[in-house]
Amino acid sequence: MELSGSEIVVQCLKDEGVEYVFGYPGGAVLHIYDAIFKQDDVKHILVRHEQGATHAADGYARATGRPGVALVTSGPGATNAVTGIATAYMDSIPMVVLTGQVPSPFIGSDAFQEVDTVGITRPCVKHNFLVKDVRDLAATFKKAFYIATSGRPGPVVIDIPKDITDPGVKIPYDYPEKISMRSYNPVTRGHTGQIKKAVDLIMAAKCPVVYSGGGVVLGNASESLIEIIRQLKLPITSTLMGLGAYPSSDKQFLGMLGMHGTYEANMAMHGTDVLIAIGARFDDRITGHVERFCPDAKIIHIDIDPSSISKNVRVDVPIVGAVDQVLQNMLKLLKDSKVEQDQDAIQQWWSQINKWREKQCLSYDKSGDTIKPQYALEVLHKVTNGDAYVCSDVGQHQMFTAQFYGFDKPRRWINSGGLGTMGFGLPSAMGVKMAHPDADVVVVTSEASIQMCIQELATCKQHSLPLKILMLNNGYMGMVRQWQEFFYESRYSHSTVESTPDFVKLAESYGHVGMRIERKEDLEQAMQKAFAMKDQLVFMDVVIDPEENVYPMIEAGKGHNEMYLSPESELV
Amino acid sequence: MRHIISILMENESGALSRVAGLFSARGYNIESLTVAPTEDPSLSRMTLVTRGSEEIIEQITKQLNKLVEIVKLLDLSEGLHIEREMMLVKIKAERANREEVKRLVEIFRGSIIDVTDTSYIVEMTGDGDKLDAFIRAVHEDLVVEVVRTGPSGIARGAKGLSL
Ligand SMILES: Cc1cc2nc3c(=O)[nH]c(=O)nc-3n(C[C@H](O)[C@H](O)[C@H](O)COP(=O)(O)OP(=O)(O)OC[C@H]3O[C@@H](n4cnc5c(N)ncnc54)[C@H](O)[C@@H]3O)c2cc1C
Ligand SMILES: Cc1ncc(C[n+]2csc(CCOP(=O)(O)OP(=O)(O)O)c2C)c(N)n1
Ligand SMILES: [Mg+2]
Repeated sequence: MELSGSEIVVQCLKDEGVEYVFGYPGGAVLHIYDAIFKQDDVKHILVRHEQGATHAADGYARATGRPGVALVTSGPGATNAVTGIATAYMDSIPMVVLTGQVPSPFIGSDAFQEVDTVGITRPCVKHNFLVKDVRDLAATFKKAFYIATSGRPGPVVIDIPKDITDPGVKIPYDYPEKISMRSYNPVTRGHTGQIKKAVDLIMAAKCPVVYSGGGVVLGNASESLIEIIRQLKLPITSTLMGLGAYPSSDKQFLGMLGMHGTYEANMAMHGTDVLIAIGARFDDRITGHVERFCPDAKIIHIDIDPSSISKNVRVDVPIVGAVDQVLQNMLKLLKDSKVEQDQDAIQQWWSQINKWREKQCLSYDKSGDTIKPQYALEVLHKVTNGDAYVCSDVGQHQMFTAQFYGFDKPRRWINSGGLGTMGFGLPSAMGVKMAHPDADVVVVTSEASIQMCIQELATCKQHSLPLKILMLNNGYMGMVRQWQEFFYESRYSHSTVESTPDFVKLAESYGHVGMRIERKEDLEQAMQKAFAMKDQLVFMDVVIDPEENVYPMIEAGKGHNEMYLSPESELV
Repeated sequence: MRHIISILMENESGALSRVAGLFSARGYNIESLTVAPTEDPSLSRMTLVTRGSEEIIEQITKQLNKLVEIVKLLDLSEGLHIEREMMLVKIKAERANREEVKRLVEIFRGSIIDVTDTSYIVEMTGDGDKLDAFIRAVHEDLVVEVVRTGPSGIARGAKGLSL
């Protein structure tokens, strides 16, 4: 088959099984857009800003586990995409981003719409390529998809100069079946000796805790995780990124840990003698003060990326491998093992944990008339049967969602944890909805975040994406205001969103349905109504208590046993 | 602690900037870095000298290994190895001190590779300490220009760092 560069680009996507490309055209990618025009297999979703394209591709990837694909032009197209690329990078999301580049002979001449895309994106991609010869295109695509999806996943950029896609130059096309790279061989199988050591340590533990993370979701290891937790009656806590991998409604689940984690989860971390970290990267939102982190624990760490291990906290039993494989090996070893757990000790540990639970650290004031954000999320859970895909922006509403929605399945909780990118919610939900057209897809946001990518409401109209947007309107950049209240004597410097649009009219002007909900007693019914409109995007502007804070809270750099539980409480 | 790390990597244009970028992005220091293609033109060999605690060096080697273009890596400091650095020094050599400089060069087993009425260029190879010692031995007023390559290193013994 003889194809031009631009046809090769499209054909490679087909051969990779790509359904959707989220993109925005421009000079450097016009040949590619022409090739897209001439076929129907790869569907193009036109966004309104390149940041939206990358977040949408990212959302698609998070919801499906398959790589998301974005296509942008050179220069400003590429720079607009950078935030989305960095967002995916921090959360290890598989994504392939195609950027147009000025024609090869012009590279380096400050040509029109030229930026050094490979240079700009280098620190926030797993890898990137500049294609120098049309004959390299197919192999580059194969490598890009392989790198993005294998090992620790991540975004890969392919920068394609315009002359490479010249429709006038045709070459034989053959998509490589397999690719092997001498310089890239991610480990999958964990070291048997290490796994055995870990099993021995777990069986001997008196106060074990599992700290699971995004790696369990990324590695599709939910089932193995559930099996091992249930079998050994282990208490389990999860990072923000791991929520849903183990059902939140299960009694062995202690809730999220870390800065806004539950009292029981953080206290269990503090008291554990054997910590089993699974696909989590000891982020500073988790560890707080590293010297006060799990002071009495031997630490086991399963991670596919050796550089995640002993990066922030030294561990005793490192296991480099894919989490699912490693857990399966552990289960096999456990079957043959004759060692018994110390049931009395485990029993005692559970009663200690249950005492911590009695604090009811997530309780909130239900008395007043104002809508509390916590309540709004409980209603959302009820109305959606806890079964929606929930995409969040960044701020207090994100933390409340993590604490109160109660995720029971992996890949349902879509949020930017590592980079904390405001503006992520709406466009990521578009990617999720493309992947799961029949599911309820909700954006939980607030009035500051939503305005960062609000233009994507037009994309939702054009491509018929009936999302439900739950905007918890507190009139503040709540998360910023909370820090200012705590640490700057309530000097609310520029954290008030003093001028906001009329969101109902705004939604309507984009062709959607808008609702404003101000009274607690109206909330549930309104939400029922919104979710009943299957074919409409409904934008719910919910007025909430403006000064509600997220608790528990551990100040940055403190220990797990130093938490604020409520406005009245002293440090506990 | 000082570590000398030897790296085999794909001989591609972006590879060097990936290594340099990694060091600046993560706040690691590079004392020196040398790189050139190997007998297999598709591969380059880099020698990199850095300093840091054991934890930092461990992260550095892990992060380097993660770069897609790096094929193999060895921390030479973990075993017996040889380091050599090459230096070119331009030295004022006028009547009064011509002989003196020449003698010093002989003692240090260097060679004079360029001569004018008033100057020498000296070429010298050795480990860093030896080159430092030579510079100290020549009166500082006489040193016009020093160019050093930074160390290259190789592990002792029969085994090589190869694919
Ligand atoms: C406002 C705000 C507040 C936050 N507060 C909190 C908080 O209170 N608590 C909290 O937990 N987080 C919080 N975060 C999120 C935090 O910043 C980090 O993003 C998060 O803690 C990282 O989660 P993780 O450790 O699971 O790592 P991830 O970023 O999900 O990394 C996954 C790890 O798993 C590994 N991995 C990937 N695939 C596999 C595989 N197949 N097998 C094995 N390993 C694999 C990777 O190498 C990596 O080490 C907050 C974020 C924001 C924006
Ligand atoms: C792009 C970007 N800019 C700034 C920040 C810093 N920041 C974190 S949370 C936050 C406030 C978010 O306000 P809002 O969307 O109203 O959410 P709320 O906290 O009120 O729920 C800000 C400004 C960020 N995370 N991302
Ligand atoms: Mg707000």
